[in-house]
Amino acid sequence: MTIFEGKGICDAVAMGKISVIRKQKKEIERKNITDTESEIKRLENAENEVLSELETIREKAVGKVGEEGAAIFEIHKMMIEDEDYNDFILNMIKDEKVSAEYAVFSASKKFSELFSSMENAYMKSRATDIKEISERLINHLSGENENITDEEQVIICAEDLSPGETILLDKEKILSFVTAKGSLNSHTAILAKSMNIPAVVNVGDEFLSIIKNGDYAIADGFSGKFILNPDEETVFYYKKKSDEYKEKNDLLLSLKGKENKTIDGRRIDVFANIGNAESIKEVKENDADGIGLFRSEFIFLGRDDFPTEEEQFFVYKKIAEEMNGRKVIIRTLDIGADKQADYFGITDEENPALGLRGIRLCLSRKDVFKTQLRALYKASAYGNINIMFPMITSEKEVDEILSLCEDVRKELRKEGTTFDEKTELGIMIETPAAAIISDDLSKKVSFFSIGTNDLIQYTLACDRQNLSVEKFCDTHHKAVLKLIEMTIKNAHKNGVWVGICGELAADISLTETFIRMGVDELSVSPPYVLKLRERIRNIDLSK
Amino acid sequence: MKEFTYKIKDEVGIHARPAGYLAKKAKEFESVVTIEKNGKKATASKLMAVMSLGVEQGDEVTVTIEGSDEEKASVEIKKFFEENL
Repeated sequence: MTIFEGKGICDAVAMGKISVIRKQKKEIERKNITDTESEIKRLENAENEVLSELETIREKAVGKVGEEGAAIFEIHKMMIEDEDYNDFILNMIKDEKVSAEYAVFSASKKFSELFSSMENAYMKSRATDIKEISERLINHLSGENENITDEEQVIICAEDLSPGETILLDKEKILSFVTAKGSLNSHTAILAKSMNIPAVVNVGDEFLSIIKNGDYAIADGFSGKFILNPDEETVFYYKKKSDEYKEKNDLLLSLKGKENKTIDGRRIDVFANIGNAESIKEVKENDADGIGLFRSEFIFLGRDDFPTEEEQFFVYKKIAEEMNGRKVIIRTLDIGADKQADYFGITDEENPALGLRGIRLCLSRKDVFKTQLRALYKASAYGNINIMFPMITSEKEVDEILSLCEDVRKELRKEGTTFDEKTELGIMIETPAAAIISDDLSKKVSFFSIGTNDLIQYTLACDRQNLSVEKFCDTHHKAVLKLIEMTIKNAHKNGVWVGICGELAADISLTETFIRMGVDELSVSPPYVLKLRERIRNIDLSK
Repeated sequence: MKEFTYKIKDEVGIHARPAGYLAKKAKEFESVVTIEKNGKKATASKLMAVMSLGVEQGDEVTVTIEGSDEEKASVEIKKFFEENL
């Protein structure tokens, strides 16, 4: 039994086998072999495994992003079968008598360099595809992928997980996340919260060299412990703990169907934040009144090319229909800073949090932005879609957005495409600048949603991914609360409704403060909806 | 041997997706389909080779088809270019 100490997320416990996601090994050592025939057989087996793995992934992706979006996995299959690529690997094994791993690694280098040296920016980034398929092959050759059956739920262990890496994980099969790095505000943490599963982050790098696929472990979200190969006594203790947790959770479920009303009768909306269409299930299970934040960037991550208008429309329409007339607020692409996609070709920035991200990126890539707006407006015919824009700092940006929206509406009218003319437009208040000029901004839009994660980061000058400044990141800081209060006041003065969609909305120690400030809606991860409802029903504003 | 020239209309040129579908299409025939751009040639059934030609929008490519079913192949390959590229 080995215990690692990290930071716990979600008051719950997960017990099960682990599955390790390893970053690509930088170098594969040259290893000589004698039996070339069996080496080639090994390669063929690995290729067949990879082909069927890619087919499985492709089929899953079709359900998530449609045929066209899933095409990349078809391409990956074709790349694996490419004659030139295969001939190169086979010749190396035969002529130089090296291991299949080394031959694949060399082919990866050769072919990815071929693409990265091309002038065309699109072709340049195809180098990533070559590296990806080669990595998959090498993993299968070295047996790094086995032991985990498809039916089993697992604890995912990794150094750290980027949004791109998590998007293709089958959420139904994840018990917990455990990462070597990461803070309480990292993506892994936020994802775990949204899935209502425990996670342990920042357990330190050394755990990666000890764990193996298939090892049994316990991830304790209460205490932040990760216990590898626990003894019987420990397992017994944790089983009891996890039963108690389930009992508490069942109690919350009894609040389904009840109103979010304070004792003295003040009603507020409790919405859910989600990042993909699959999460609608959780939204319904937890009885949220609507969707307060759909993070559309997740359609753009974990792939190698822009999603088309049709692909996006497919997702937005599905959400609108599933929510059946209830409010759905979709935030336009918020990429940049900690959420990156290679194909955008964003040059490395010294200070990405203050760089080309959110609406800034959209306004500098109007083609991409307009495609999204068209897809959103088209989907508005199928439900109650509201469009929200991130990272606003000035009135000028809002004017530019509004005129682009008008252009899109004109286009659609001309084409005779139906859409909801009354689609409400709103903005995120997540920079101190936007909060300070909220009086002026509220004259231009229909709603505000306060994004507390970034508002805190920018107000307190604390990088939320940086562990060493976590203690300076006081989420209840007076400056942040004052900005929120000011925003709500200014909005109401101009008849604009206000929600809060950051992590702070789920902080029940602030619920009463927010309601007294007059907030109209709180939007939280689906698992927090009922906890928040319970809190609201116990508040008495008359006291 | 059959031959035709085609000017690429697709914004991104012969990118991964159409190159992949083209390779698939080319494999349906016994004939060898070759794409040529500025003297550089690639066999259409080889995905990476075609992509590495770096064919962009506005580029003119020459496509040759040679083999027992070249009649049928050239009609279908041409149709593929017109519909996808």
